Amino acid sequence: MTFLSSFLNSIPGAVSQGIIWGIMGIGVYITFRIMDVADLTVDGSFATGGAVCVMLIRAGVSPWIAIVCALAAGALAGLITALLHTKCSIPAILSGILTQLSLYSINLRIMGGRANQPVSVDKFHLLVSQRYVRDLSLNNPLPLVILMSAAVIMTLYWFFGTERGCAIRATGDNPNMAKAQGINVKNNIIIGLMISNALVALSGALLAQYQGASDINMGRGAIVIGLAAVIIGEVFFGKIFRNFALKLFAVSIGAVVYYLVLQVTLQLGLNTNDLKLISAMIVAVFLAVPYWKKLATRKKGVKNA
Amino acid sequence: MLELRKICKTFNPGTVNEKVAIKNLSLTLSDGDFVTVIGSNGAGKSTMLNLISGAIPVDSGSIIANGKDITHLPDYKRAAILGRVFQDPMMGTSANMLIEENLALANRRGQKRGLKWGITEVEREFFKKSLSKLNLGLENRLGTKVGLLSGGQRQAVTLLMAVLRKPELLLLDEHTAALDPKTAAKVLAITEEIVQENNLTTLMVTHNMKDAIEHGNRLIMMDGGRIVVDISGEEKKNLTVPYLIELFNGASGNTEANDAMLLSK
Repeated sequence: MTFLSSFLNSIPGAVSQGIIWGIMGIGVYITFRIMDVADLTVDGSFATGGAVCVMLIRAGVSPWIAIVCALAAGALAGLITALLHTKCSIPAILSGILTQLSLYSINLRIMGGRANQPVSVDKFHLLVSQRYVRDLSLNNPLPLVILMSAAVIMTLYWFFGTERGCAIRATGDNPNMAKAQGINVKNNIIIGLMISNALVALSGALLAQYQGASDINMGRGAIVIGLAAVIIGEVFFGKIFRNFALKLFAVSIGAVVYYLVLQVTLQLGLNTNDLKLISAMIVAVFLAVPYWKKLATRKKGVKNA
Repeated sequence: MLELRKICKTFNPGTVNEKVAIKNLSLTLSDGDFVTVIGSNGAGKSTMLNLISGAIPVDSGSIIANGKDITHLPDYKRAAILGRVFQDPMMGTSANMLIEENLALANRRGQKRGLKWGITEVEREFFKKSLSKLNLGLENRLGTKVGLLSGGQRQAVTLLMAVLRKPELLLLDEHTAALDPKTAAKVLAITEEIVQENNLTTLMVTHNMKDAIEHGNRLIMMDGGRIVVDISGEEKKNLTVPYLIELFNGASGNTEANDAMLLSK
């Protein structure tokens, strides 16, 4: 009974956090599924978003302007990775790792050389805060994160339906075809990575406000959580959701499911130190399953032949 | 329309794998020329097409299209005047996008891509009409992912995409080689129809001598990165396969007689 009640108690928090991380997952979806690039910049740009947002709010800037600046900072991080990849011909994964590593130093500088910068909801006006997550008031973070998520999904739905967005999708799916149709592949990779990292930084900015601090390590392993959200979403809704907006919505739900499962395992007495190991294992298994399935059907085919 | 002036291309220069692919090649195409290109493996046929399309850069020489030097123009910019169909049916289309989306991308070849909606109702009608000419029943499957189509269907769609916005030059790189004979014949028939209807200047690489003879108004044969035979007009019309093989052997020097001659030297 105590397990159930404490789990129920943790649901609003898990859902809020899940939706915030879901925005990050949508950013990962853009690179991983649309651009066909595994972009590791996100571990850094997530913390950059948090750092920029918190420092600006602490300096007295409006939280809305702060998250717009976080978006811009994330886009800039994506731009650096994209330039390393397209203009210096460094493999995408390595480009992301290089940017991510340099962002560690940059994030420390943004945060005034400290690994952690608090932004208390008592002292500053914040858009979302963990404190009110179970309140039935306008302060509750849930409505706002849901609205933000919906706005992100609708904007992306519109963008990837435009001429430019279609060209970006073609770039990710078949660069040879894209070039033959006169599409500037390199420019599109740059745009895709910028949008993706802008969203990741937005997610970081929201999470920093939500938890009341930005931390230099808050983005560590973010890529894995993002991938988990993408994959869980696909496992549950891949067969039903065909529409692009719904696919993005599935990522959001995937992140929520991830956090709910996390709560359960934590309540069951799991050591929090093992979290990252378990997350990584889950993602690895889900990434491997489609390949295993293919192997299995191939073997079956041979037997039948 | 197109002029290649003494172009050269060597792969892996200065290494043990050095391979001279194109040697001082010059070629002039007139408007409306339908040129078939034959030659053995490694003769430089595909390389020539890739140099024209800009997929790979030339070492020296220049490429002139409509009096404009395009030698240093990147491939995506050259695409404005070029239609391309590849040997691999997977290469010319985007498998995860719908047929109509692929066509819409092709319909904007050479144009600026902005924030307008990627496909319009007017276009859909136009696509339906264009697809129905292929006689493959694709006009009712605009919303199907291209990845679900067969190789022949995909190649037909790629062909349509290449000419949707009339190109000044159509490059066909053994575009029927990966298809079964029946499908290949059908795609070739469609090709002939499209080229005639739009009076397109075309370069078609093929391995099939019969196809090379039956199609086009001009035939060139390549060997060792050079054009060794260039036939057009009446002579082209009267070509036969045995005569072509004779020419081929004479040009590439791989008959017994030639070998004997070489040895006797």
